[in-house]
Amino acid sequence: MSEHNSASAEAYWKANVRLVLWLLAVWFAVSYGAGILLVDWLNDFRLFGFKLGFWFAQQGSIYVFVALIFIYVWRMNKLDREHDVHED
Amino acid sequence: MDVMTLTYLFVGVTFAIYIGIAIWSRAGSTSDYYVAGGGVPPIANGMATAADWMSAASFISMAGIIAFAGYDGSVYLMGWTGGYVLLALLLAPYLRKFGKFTVPDFVGDRYYSSTARLVAVVCAIFVSFTYVAGQMRGVGIVFSRFLEVDINTGVLIGMAIVFFYAVLGGMKGITYTQVAQYCVLIFAYMVPAIFISLLMTGNPIPQLGFGGQTADGTYLLDKLDGLVGDLGFSAYTEGTKPAIDMFAITLALMVGTAGLPHVIVRFFTVPKVRDARRSAGWALIFIAILYTTAPAIAAFARVNLIDSVSDVPYAEAPSWVKSWEKTGLISWEDKNGDGAMQYVAAKDANEMKIDRDIMVLANPEIAKLPNWVIALVAAGGLAAALSTAAGLLLVISTSISHDLLKKTLMPGITEKQELLFARIGAAVAVCVAGYLGINPPGFVAQVVAFAFGLAAASFFPAIIMGIFSKRMNKEGAIAGMVTGITLTAAYIVYFKFVHPELNSAEHWFLGISPEGFGTVGMVLNFAVATVVSMLTKAPPQAVQTLVGEIRVPRGAGTASAH
Repeated sequence: MSEHNSASAEAYWKANVRLVLWLLAVWFAVSYGAGILLVDWLNDFRLFGFKLGFWFAQQGSIYVFVALIFIYVWRMNKLDREHDVHED
Repeated sequence: MDVMTLTYLFVGVTFAIYIGIAIWSRAGSTSDYYVAGGGVPPIANGMATAADWMSAASFISMAGIIAFAGYDGSVYLMGWTGGYVLLALLLAPYLRKFGKFTVPDFVGDRYYSSTARLVAVVCAIFVSFTYVAGQMRGVGIVFSRFLEVDINTGVLIGMAIVFFYAVLGGMKGITYTQVAQYCVLIFAYMVPAIFISLLMTGNPIPQLGFGGQTADGTYLLDKLDGLVGDLGFSAYTEGTKPAIDMFAITLALMVGTAGLPHVIVRFFTVPKVRDARRSAGWALIFIAILYTTAPAIAAFARVNLIDSVSDVPYAEAPSWVKSWEKTGLISWEDKNGDGAMQYVAAKDANEMKIDRDIMVLANPEIAKLPNWVIALVAAGGLAAALSTAAGLLLVISTSISHDLLKKTLMPGITEKQELLFARIGAAVAVCVAGYLGINPPGFVAQVVAFAFGLAAASFFPAIIMGIFSKRMNKEGAIAGMVTGITLTAAYIVYFKFVHPELNSAEHWFLGISPEGFGTVGMVLNFAVATVVSMLTKAPPQAVQTLVGEIRVPRGAGTASAH
C-alpha cells in the first residue's frame, strides 16, 4: 500500500465496487427475476421447446453466471493495470 | 462381459489411478498439506473445485429430485451454481490476497479475536461432518447395488481409499486426485445423457435435446406436461412452491455455497489473486456442464419411467424394476388387483413407490443402454462421493491441527508436529465419518438444510463485512454470527425435530421453509452486526490497514502460516 497514494487506492476500490454491483444486478435479474419472480409471465414466450421462464430457471441463468465471472475477470485485470495494482 | 465384471474393472482401474496420484504428490510441508504449496494452476484448481463441490448428492440425487419436482427443483440448479458468482466477485480474490490457510484464520485475524476464531472453527467442523457422513453413505449405496457387497463393507473400502490419499497427500494429493475424479465423474455423467438424448430426441447434446422434439413431433417438455397431467400430477414446467419460498431457498443455497469452508479453501491454493478470480470461473464452467445436463436427464428419466411402468402388467415389468425392488428402493403393491402397475398422483390409487435417488443410477438400465455405460455410472458415483469426502476431511483435519491446536491451544508446536497432528486429525475424522456412514443418524437428509443454513447465516456475512467494511469490528461480527446461527438453528430444529407435524407453509415465518431460513438468518446477521458495530468502537488501526491491503492484488505471496 505504501507505494500508492490513498486517493488512487480509493478510486480503484470505488471502480471495483461499481463493477461488482453491476454484475450482481445481472446475476439477480436472470435468477431471481427471470427464473422466479417473472417466471409465469415469461412462460407465455417460447424458446424452441422450452417455456422461457422455465428455461431461465433450469438452463439460462447458469450460462449467464459463467459469463458474469469471466466478464469480471477480464474487467478486473484491466482495472488492475489502469490503477497500477496488478501482480507482475 | 457382464455388468458386474465391467463394474469391478472400471472401479478397480479408477481406484488404482487415484492411489498412484496420491503417492506421486505426497505432502512434505504444512503448506503442501493445507494449500498444496499454493502452486496449483487455475484450470486444474477449477476442476478440483468442481469435483470437491459435486458430491454424491449432485451426482446421484439431484437429477432424481428434479425429475419428481419439475420446475420446483430449479432452486438446486440456480442455488448451487449462483453461489460461485458470489464467491468469485466478493470472496475469492480477497481471501487469496489475505494469504492464510483457513477460513477461521481470516475470521480470527480480521476480527482480532480468538472467540471469533473459535466460533468459526466450531461451525467449520460441524458443517463438514454433516456433509461427510452423507458421502460415505453414498459410497456404501453404490458398492452394495453394483458390486453386491455388503453396504458396510462398501463404506470400509471407501474409508481405506480416502484415508490413504487424504492422510498421505493432504491438499496436494487431494487436489490432483480430484482432477482425475472430475474427469471420471463428468464422463460417466455425460455418456448416458448423450445416449438417451439421441434415443429420445435425435439430438446428441442433452441441453438442446431437452428442448427438442420427440419421435412423434411433439416437444419433449410438452409431452411430459401432458403425461404427468394425465396421471394427476401438476405440470412439470410449472411450480407449486410459493415464489417467496423459491426465492428464500435459492438465496440460502447460493449464499451457503459461498460460505462453505471446503469450497472457500480451494482459492487459497492458487499462486495469484488473478488466478483466484479465473479459477472460480473455471470451476463454474466445469460444474455447469453437469448442472445444465441434470435437468435434461431429469426430464428424459421421468418420460421413460412413465412410458415403461405406467399401466404395464407386473409380470411384464422391465428387469430394472425387479433388480431395484431387491434393494427396497422400488416397491409395488397391487391395490386394485388388476396385476398392472399404476403410477398416479392420487395417494390411494398409486401403487408404485419409487425412491428418487435411483433415477440417475437406474437411468441407463431404463433406457436399455449397454452394460459398460452402467458400469461407468457406478465408477462416476464413487468418484463424486470420494472427492467430496476427501475435501471435507481435509477441512476437519486443518481445523483441528491448525486452528484449534496451533493457533489456540498449543501455539508452541513445530511445523513437523503440526503436520503430524493434521494427519492424526484426518485419520480420526475418516473413522468418525465411516462410523456415521455405517450407522447413519436418521436425520442425514434433514441436516443438509442445517449445513447450508448455518454457512449462510454465519460465515458469509462475517467474511463479506470483513472485506467491504473497514468499520466492522469484533463486537459486531460476533454478535451477528451468534444471532444468525442461533436463530437459524432454532428454526430448523423446531420444525425438523421438535414439531415436525407443524412443518407446513401455514406455520412458517412469512411462508419460508426451514430450507430457506438461512436467508433470514443472513439478513439478521448483517443487521445486528451493523447496529452493534456502530455502537462500539472502531477496530484498531492495524486491522483497518489489513483490510486496505487485501483490497489490492499486488503483493500476494503464497499462503503461509505467518
